[in-house]
Amino acid sequence: MNRPLHDFPGGLRLPGHKHISTSQAILRAVLPKRLYLPLHQHIGEPSETLVAPGDHVLKGQMIAKATDYVGAPVHASSSGTVVDVTLLPVPHASGLDAPTIVIETDGEDRWVDRTPITDYAQLDLSDLRNRIRCAGLVGLGGAAFPSFIKMNPGPHHRVRTLVLNGAECEPYITCDDMLMREQPQAILRGAQIMMHALQADECLVGIEDDKPQAIAAMSAAAAAFGAIEVVPVPTRYPAGGERQLIQVLTGKEVPSDGLPPDIGVVCQNVATAAALQRAIDAGEPLISRVVTVSGGGVRTPRNLEVLIGTPMHELIEQCGGYHNAAQRLVMGGPMMGFSLESDSVPVIKATNCVLSLAADELDVGHATLPCIRCGRCAEVCPASLLPQQLYWHAQAKEFDTVQSYNLFDCIECGLCSYVCPSHIPLVQYYRFAKTEIWAQERNKRKADIARQRTEFRAFRLARDKQERAARHAAKRAALKDAGAGGTRQAAIEAARERAEQKRMEQTAELNAARDAKIAEVKHAIAAQTERQEAAPTSKTVDAVTSSSNRETPDNQ
Amino acid sequence: MFEAVAIVTGLAVLFGAILGYAAIRFRVEGDPLVDEIDALLPQTQCGQCTFAGCRPYAEAMARDEADINQCPPGGETTIQALADLLGREPKPLNAEHGETAPKTVAVIDEETCIGCTLCIQACPVDAILGAPKQMHTVIAEECTGCDLCLPPCPVDCIEMVPISDTIETWTWPYPQGMGSRQ
Repeated sequence: MNRPLHDFPGGLRLPGHKHISTSQAILRAVLPKRLYLPLHQHIGEPSETLVAPGDHVLKGQMIAKATDYVGAPVHASSSGTVVDVTLLPVPHASGLDAPTIVIETDGEDRWVDRTPITDYAQLDLSDLRNRIRCAGLVGLGGAAFPSFIKMNPGPHHRVRTLVLNGAECEPYITCDDMLMREQPQAILRGAQIMMHALQADECLVGIEDDKPQAIAAMSAAAAAFGAIEVVPVPTRYPAGGERQLIQVLTGKEVPSDGLPPDIGVVCQNVATAAALQRAIDAGEPLISRVVTVSGGGVRTPRNLEVLIGTPMHELIEQCGGYHNAAQRLVMGGPMMGFSLESDSVPVIKATNCVLSLAADELDVGHATLPCIRCGRCAEVCPASLLPQQLYWHAQAKEFDTVQSYNLFDCIECGLCSYVCPSHIPLVQYYRFAKTEIWAQERNKRKADIARQRTEFRAFRLARDKQERAARHAAKRAALKDAGAGGTRQAAIEAARERAEQKRMEQTAELNAARDAKIAEVKHAIAAQTERQEAAPTSKTVDAVTSSSNRETPDNQ
Repeated sequence: MFEAVAIVTGLAVLFGAILGYAAIRFRVEGDPLVDEIDALLPQTQCGQCTFAGCRPYAEAMARDEADINQCPPGGETTIQALADLLGREPKPLNAEHGETAPKTVAVIDEETCIGCTLCIQACPVDAILGAPKQMHTVIAEECTGCDLCLPPCPVDCIEMVPISDTIETWTWPYPQGMGSRQ
């Protein structure tokens, strides 16, 4: 204990609003009638469906497979029948529809055959990672990055420290807090497996000090696990950001263009560790998670253990329904979350919190005023950026300049917008600029392909033309050659000779046939004459002779 | 006096030789300005700029024979980029050449297609697949939405369908400006 802690730039202590959802234990949510499982719940390529309407599926059965290295499969959260694979609204800031598998549950909740691993230490590391991949495990802190990739830092990185993220710094969200209070064993066992997969020496569990119960539960459980240390960290948003927490715990800063493995660290969420433990020890894929249902718009805020794919309105109902004051539904926290247009969208792997905010909790109704260059945004920025410069160039759509101010180091924590006295929606500008830059890059790639194809087409047309010209030229040359004087006469002469020779050959053949026939007839006459000498009748001899005479001219 | 002249002449000859050699040794093939302009154009090859494709338009701009606001598919972004590159004032899109429309992709009604190959010959990026008297189809990934396959089709079986946003291609909207309430 008493590990020296470090500091990250910026940050702010925010009102937590956490107590409102921690008074009751995690409740297992009711099995919904229908589960809606989007194919794309993670960072990376969308998965590809393995089922069709009418198929019966079991709980934990893989129903969509990963199509790319950066991807994760999707599993049926309960047993039932696939009724549709179609475009449906998903929880995403765009409010757009995406391919979703709809399962009508049969209420039996019957599991597929599970294959737990009794001794993970015996398993080859790549097999272990493959198990994690096949379990559809993604980071449950909110970003939903496929976990097995983080478990594979590659041969060039020696990961010494595993950082387990239990900071949970955003207001209202308490799902990790409750999980740490109730299942510290599972989390720590998961962390142990992660340490083995990474061959890490130590594990630091960072928990913000506004969660004394979680710290106590985790510390008590950690005593049995050797190299795992629970470290309370000061409560200051965004201490739960990956780079911020690593800096607080280790004092090392992750380079702007690098990843935590570059400094020998890997960071995973506590809920991911618990899910990993279940995937290895019980052979259960990721089909449920703890979700905080909170905010002034919900009657009894609490944490629910929810099957992935459960529609959000069912969670709200199980938490007493909406309060009259409910105004806005948000997925995630109030700082980094996004508004949802409808509560019929499902809980996905990334859903850590469903927030129904009341009017008095929303910072609305302020007119946007000009920037007064007070610099408060720069003071709180945890990434040491210059938010006002970013804003200035983003609103002018100067995307090259905004990138030179390191736009992509922005973690969209929302603090700059939060402190802005002019109520400028700064993060909105950064999000706009980021997605716009990506769109331009996509267009550029497409344009490059189109340019290549146009150039190739021009080349192909020119080549065809040239080939045609060459063919014609060759033909003309051949004709011209044949027309050159004596050669032509010689060709005719040769053809004549060939014809003559052929005729001669044919005549010779016919003559030979004729001679053979004559010889045959003569032979016959001779034979007859012999017989007639025995009984002479001149008439018959005549007949035979005349017939042979008639035959001869025919042969010619 | 003579020495000075000789030295200066000698130097002139020496530097001339160096420059002459450099001009041959470091010769740049093609016109780099045309390449730079061409890289900014959207490569739809639609010809709305009145030139026979993006590269001819780029060449015309490099020769200062065409304005920078003749490309409707590129729109404001392309005009801005061209203005930055060529050091000219950005100006609004010339309406004579059309308006910036949402991106589209050509779709052939395969029931109606008679397999005449005319659209294949018209496509500037070879994005239509087919053979004489065989049904044709568009490789949607490669289609630039240039509309050039529409006029030659004798049975009007090609339709330009707008490309709808997916979650992967969606972009955050530009925030509402000053004075708006969030």
